[in-house]
Amino acid sequence: MTMIGPTHFLFLSAILFTLGVFGIFLNRRNVIVILMSIELILLSVTINMVAFSSLHGDLTGQVFSMFILTVAAAEAAIGLAILVAFFRNKSTIAIEDISTLKG
Amino acid sequence: MVTAGKRNWLPISKPTRPTGKERQQTMIESLFFYVLSGVLVLSALMVISAQNPVHAVLFLILAFFNAAGLFVLLGAEFLAMILVIVYVGAVAVLFLFVVMMLDINFAELRRGMGRYLPLSGLVGTVMLVEFFWIFSKWTSDTAAVAPHMRHAPLEVSNTHALGQVLYTHYAYIFQLSGLILLVAMIGAITLTLRHRPNVRRQEVSRQVDRHPKDVLRVEKINSGEGVS
Repeated sequence: MTMIGPTHFLFLSAILFTLGVFGIFLNRRNVIVILMSIELILLSVTINMVAFSSLHGDLTGQVFSMFILTVAAAEAAIGLAILVAFFRNKSTIAIEDISTLKG
Repeated sequence: MVTAGKRNWLPISKPTRPTGKERQQTMIESLFFYVLSGVLVLSALMVISAQNPVHAVLFLILAFFNAAGLFVLLGAEFLAMILVIVYVGAVAVLFLFVVMMLDINFAELRRGMGRYLPLSGLVGTVMLVEFFWIFSKWTSDTAAVAPHMRHAPLEVSNTHALGQVLYTHYAYIFQLSGLILLVAMIGAITLTLRHRPNVRRQEVSRQVDRHPKDVLRVEKINSGEGVS
């Protein structure tokens, strides 16, 4: 059994990132699942940064992972607030119905 | 290819023949990695394919827990705890609230899901192959990146070292992230707050502003007559 190196973590984050993008394509109509897929993508990026931080013994990667977590939390809060406001007006969250800005 | 000998903030040591105890440690580490990452990938798969969105949120929580375990394995304990507290405690519960609050027919939303399966499968496969291709050819030039590094002191804990780097070199960005959270908070409140037109609500300023002189009138009423 080989030692677990940074490459293992890079492969893992690649798989997670692809699953997140795949989820956005797959659940095109459901905004909630799309937001969760974005969370998965951000998690994969965080794993990538922490792996490199650990490889080099450099803490900058972990600091920026914290900033990624902050922005992800803000994004989830705003996204869900928009979703709730939209659902009150339209009683649906299907992506196709969010087209009133099209003119 | 860089091996894992440099991890956990320890300086690079010359590769020596592993002793029995070291080999056992490596095996335990590998076991932890494969179990955590396997559950992580499976739960991520369930997040995007679950029939019930409540199940999807619960699998998202499981994915975050496993990612936190991987962070502990990488030596980033503080980030692992933050991941559990912020993501599981706040973000995932927020998702859970919204999923349970909105009365949505999710089966109807899943209609026509398979229509994009070939295209999304193609995009996903191409992306995965490219990622794997890049990451399998990847090497690190430690000497080139060494001057820009902020090394953690070996004698302090991960949290202590992270705080030193964060508040010394990234203080302004830290303040900026606080500002982002403030904007997000105000935005979320503004988006979801609404004033219904026909609801009587207490307005404290109007109550305080009211003066008896403006609203009370003393009338002289003669006996035998009513108020005109």
